[in-house]
Amino acid sequence: MKEKAKILDKDAIARIATRISHEIVEKNKGVENLCLIGIRNRGVYLAQRLAKCIKNIEGADIPTGALDITLYRDDLALASGQPLVRKTEIDFDINGKNLILVDDVLYTGRTVRAALDALIDFGRPKSISLAVLIDRGHRELPIRADYAGKNIPTSKDEAVEVRLQETEGVDEVVIVEKN
Amino acid sequence: MGWIRKDLLGLEELSQEELELILSTAESFKEVSSREIKKVPALRGKTVVNLFYEPSTRTRVSFEVAAKRLSADVINIATETSSVKKGETLIDTGRNIEALKADIIVMRHNFSGAAVMLARHVNLSVVNAGDGWHEHPTQALLDIFTLKEKLGKLEGLNVSIVGDIAHSRVARSNIWGLTKLGVKVTVCAPKMLIPVAIEKMGVAVTSDIDEALRNADAVNVLRMQFERDGETAFPKQLEYFKEFGITQERLKKAKKDIIVMHPGPINRGIEMSSDVADGANSVILEQVTNGIAVRMAVLFLVAQANEKIKNNEDFN
Repeated sequence: MKEKAKILDKDAIARIATRISHEIVEKNKGVENLCLIGIRNRGVYLAQRLAKCIKNIEGADIPTGALDITLYRDDLALASGQPLVRKTEIDFDINGKNLILVDDVLYTGRTVRAALDALIDFGRPKSISLAVLIDRGHRELPIRADYAGKNIPTSKDEAVEVRLQETEGVDEVVIVEKN
Repeated sequence: MGWIRKDLLGLEELSQEELELILSTAESFKEVSSREIKKVPALRGKTVVNLFYEPSTRTRVSFEVAAKRLSADVINIATETSSVKKGETLIDTGRNIEALKADIIVMRHNFSGAAVMLARHVNLSVVNAGDGWHEHPTQALLDIFTLKEKLGKLEGLNVSIVGDIAHSRVARSNIWGLTKLGVKVTVCAPKMLIPVAIEKMGVAVTSDIDEALRNADAVNVLRMQFERDGETAFPKQLEYFKEFGITQERLKKAKKDIIVMHPGPINRGIEMSSDVADGANSVILEQVTNGIAVRMAVLFLVAQANEKIKNNEDFN
């Protein structure tokens, strides 16, 4: 894996979180009924950051949950490596809520498809929107982001690596060449 | 590290990492059973066959519930009503199930080693649900899962296993699993029910129940099968209860928070008194709940591994 370019640094990621938080509050006309759901693993930390930003803007605590989609994947065996099954932690009722689904990278759309199926098993939210840090294209399903941090045209031979303080000890996004 | 075995045959061959992987996967699966819709699509389109050569209700039902919560289809075969009665061999039965394009066989068999043999002759996954006196891996895994959940850790704990050690696959699987995870195990039974050279499995041995309880963080009480002794059973039961039965009196001399486990079904007044079975130290019903999570994890891991094995074969 050869590193090709650094696309975002710590400050850029922080600015994106602030901007998306404002967009969410604006589109939702406040924070009523708003909940954040992060997709494991990094989406959870991004959702927590958005919750913190929204609290700074509106002064309200936004219920934030964590969703593991391993059991809803359509590729039990194809998955690169073997995904560990982690915990889903949504300790609030999602019925009638406006959910913001949060993930680090939007690529084929299959993770989001799995996440939508998983959420529907928990109830009937009023709406579900999607917020991602990076949209790298190459969609295989009719799915789009409502809030995107940065659009990056990539080739399929490249990988986008999001590194976060919580998981890798540093905030940055880099493009790396596969093999 | 991932799971690469198509089968779960026993805990003897598993590494500490593999045991920990099953336990942490089970932890994630436990949440599924607390949902309003207690189902995930992970094994949708897969078929699980419960093949039971010995009567069993709780293990079979637990596997059935686990498979269904993973969206698999479940077929139950009780051999008393099947072609086994007509003389079909185990391997032929296994191959026929494979020809039906099933994906996992969960098998209970009265012969030690039956699961290992079946697994060698079929490409589908085999999960051992108890074979003779050999192993009952998922029972031990759910015991260990419950211990870890209750006490927060395993390393350094003292666990005593009380009862018919000689004829117990539950004891054997527990000993393999617990010792690999750093638990100090003591077995306690009348001398005739302790197998020769059991110390070689890394356990302490005693026939004094008070000694077995004294330093224990948990006691796993095995079922005594006196019903097989017919008419002579009753005096033996009374005598066993007097010498080895777990009572509140005996627990008073043990650690205050000692955990009392039992794989079920309980013989009240033989292995333990009713007030212990229903008391504050008992986690017997939690074991049943945890059994589902553990079996979901096992079914999921073997199915996933076998899928990978099949895919790689296609590429070669």
